[in-house]
Amino acid sequence: MKDIQIKKSAEVYDIVIIGSGAGGGMAGYVLAHAGIKVLMLEAGPFFDPAKNSAQLKWPYESPRRGGNATRPMGDFDAAYGGWDIEGEPYTQKGDTDFKWFRAKMLGGRTNHWARISLRMGPKDFKCYSSFGAGDDWPITYDDIKPYYDKVDRLIGVYGSNEGLENDPDGIFLPAPKPRLNELFVKKAATGLGIKVIAGRGSVLTAPLPGNKDRGACFFCGQCNRSCKIYGDFSASSCLVIPAIKTGNLKVITNAVVREILTGSDGLANGVSYILKDDMQEYSVKAKTVILAAGTCESARILLNSKSAQHPNGLANSSNVVGKYLHDSTQTGGAAILPQLLNRKRFNEDGVGSLHLYAPWWGDHKKLDFARGYHLEIFGGMMMPSYGGYFGFEGTLVPYINGYLPGADGKMKPGGGFGKSLKEDYRRFYGTLAGVGCHGTDIAKADNYCEIDNSVVDKYGIPVLKFNYKWGDEEIKQARHMQQTTQDIIKAMGGIPLGQPAGPDKKYGLDKPGKGIHEVGTVRMGDNADKSALNKWCQAHDCKNLFVVDGAAFTQQSEKNPTWTILALSMRTAEYILDQKRKLNV
Amino acid sequence: MNRRESLKAIGLSVSTVVLLDACKTNPDTPTEDSKTIVEPGRQAYETERDKHLQSEKYFTDHELATITILADIIIPKDEHSGSASDAKVTDFIEFIVKDEPEHALPMRGGLRWLDVKCLNLYGSEFKSCTQQQQEAICSQIAYPMLAKPGMLPGVTFFNKMRELTAIGFFTSKIGIADLGYKGNSPGKWEGVPADVLKQYGLEGV
Repeated sequence: MKDIQIKKSAEVYDIVIIGSGAGGGMAGYVLAHAGIKVLMLEAGPFFDPAKNSAQLKWPYESPRRGGNATRPMGDFDAAYGGWDIEGEPYTQKGDTDFKWFRAKMLGGRTNHWARISLRMGPKDFKCYSSFGAGDDWPITYDDIKPYYDKVDRLIGVYGSNEGLENDPDGIFLPAPKPRLNELFVKKAATGLGIKVIAGRGSVLTAPLPGNKDRGACFFCGQCNRSCKIYGDFSASSCLVIPAIKTGNLKVITNAVVREILTGSDGLANGVSYILKDDMQEYSVKAKTVILAAGTCESARILLNSKSAQHPNGLANSSNVVGKYLHDSTQTGGAAILPQLLNRKRFNEDGVGSLHLYAPWWGDHKKLDFARGYHLEIFGGMMMPSYGGYFGFEGTLVPYINGYLPGADGKMKPGGGFGKSLKEDYRRFYGTLAGVGCHGTDIAKADNYCEIDNSVVDKYGIPVLKFNYKWGDEEIKQARHMQQTTQDIIKAMGGIPLGQPAGPDKKYGLDKPGKGIHEVGTVRMGDNADKSALNKWCQAHDCKNLFVVDGAAFTQQSEKNPTWTILALSMRTAEYILDQKRKLNV
Repeated sequence: MNRRESLKAIGLSVSTVVLLDACKTNPDTPTEDSKTIVEPGRQAYETERDKHLQSEKYFTDHELATITILADIIIPKDEHSGSASDAKVTDFIEFIVKDEPEHALPMRGGLRWLDVKCLNLYGSEFKSCTQQQQEAICSQIAYPMLAKPGMLPGVTFFNKMRELTAIGFFTSKIGIADLGYKGNSPGKWEGVPADVLKQYGLEGV
């Protein structure tokens, strides 16, 4: 008997969905609830937050005290995977240093994300017309608004209605109150003319009307571990697991997709994959394929799906697949607030999403860059943990205790040991506050991922090679971010942690990919020569193929992408249902 | 579930079943071949890696004894809480240098530097020095801005030793209680208490 076989399933599924994150999960949810027989392929194992979350564990329950030797965001973080995955490399072109975070598990990266749930605004969908940079989407805010509304109702999001033109309000649950440190930041930012409002996050700060399967938040602040009572949004808990319960969605886990198969008519007719469990090759037949493997992985699958009809890769006659890759810009800063030394102790965990943020406030007529950023405000008495508090301000205490009078009111040299140092750790606890700045990157054809034909992963699939450089626009934006951060720290009277980075370090602009907001590799557009998907996320070249993850974005904004992915995927799923009724797909 | 039911589920009142079941960890559930270990929420390789690291020993007994003395010099018992050794900081350091190998060599070399320095100064390895001598040598490497240039290797070592000690101590049960962290317990977050807002003049913000 041969060791490796290709096992072809004779069963034809109405729809095969590749990926179970926000995009794939939402499509599966809508279609399964509409009675369609759906198969979902997920590259990682099954994950149910109710059973698999590390919620409420103490740091001493981890031998590494929450450290990040095996999980880049700490031992209790929900994501299986990280920046590097054994046997699944990616390569870089020239001096590119793109970072690619992958979570291989049911629900993907939605299990550990910060739940920051922002709508893009009317101007964001018309980026070029509004700001003179980037491209316009083939849809408007009005096209997608009904779906944002439905996502708000289905999943739940807290926030405050503000009536801001380009930061649309939603159907909000009550926003959580800010932590003490965050109020200091708010006060400082407000004094600088920056409007600070309640954060917007997909956490059930109150019971979700009409939903009996999800519990309301009990405020442990640990959303990144995923939630045992489904009090926050993960695609696993809120979309895929409920869809399985309809009986219409079947999920095959540990199924790594090799390529999408097409027939002589050029249409998609199935998917081939490797099952990690037995390392055998499989294929399934499908009438329609929905791709949602994650922005870069989706591009990779399309580029690797070559055939006589699609010699340049599937959905790629325009040659744009992989191009226009863009991630959020980000930098920020933190400070110790001396006025908070020896602060009163109380449970300040709050929610594991954002309590306060500042939507973009700038006037571009007075600025030398076209697109803005928002501020995410943080601080408080966090759980002491390696990679949490003690990967942060705690270990800095011996480096800053020389700058402030000691418990006895006298100055002393920085560092030390013994009872006096022990007292300093205590005094400084919970005094850190800061801002993260997260902005728009203008999509560029020159920033891309492509197939590196000289390198394969352990399944024999050619890997991605990245080419990415921040533009002048993004660097100018980072300079502004850094000025804002310093101004806020100064206004708070904080002791800044770290020196401001100069132009040689792009003003502290993080490496591309680090925002984990990468989008745009299979962009939408009306012109089939310049885009891969039409306004329904349907491939111009292959009408029974849809892409419903961040890859479909024409141009991101400074708003985090997940809420838009969910709304777009829901809209596409409803379009597919409509087309099925009309027998078009 | 509404919030009250969630709280119940988490174990604050009678009905503890739902979540406590969900919270239960079964680290030692053998599968059919009784080799692989299934730990809910962890990948098999993580469990295997932890087990492997715990089966290995990095530091010698001499080094471990020295680490324990140093850790207690850095975080001694006081009127609030116990010492670093009470919180088993040495065990944490032994694990973390295997988990994050970049600490291993600087720790080993730093400990040796300290012993040799003490032999030259006091005629005895650090561990066997008097408490006064131990604290005296620590004073020369514990204040980076004041340390003499020749002491720089010791400063670098002490920085690391102090950092690992603080992490080990303040992430232990004793250390968390000492800091007064009140969270990781289900409740309702109603914002900063009124008296605290008043203390900082933030009532209207």
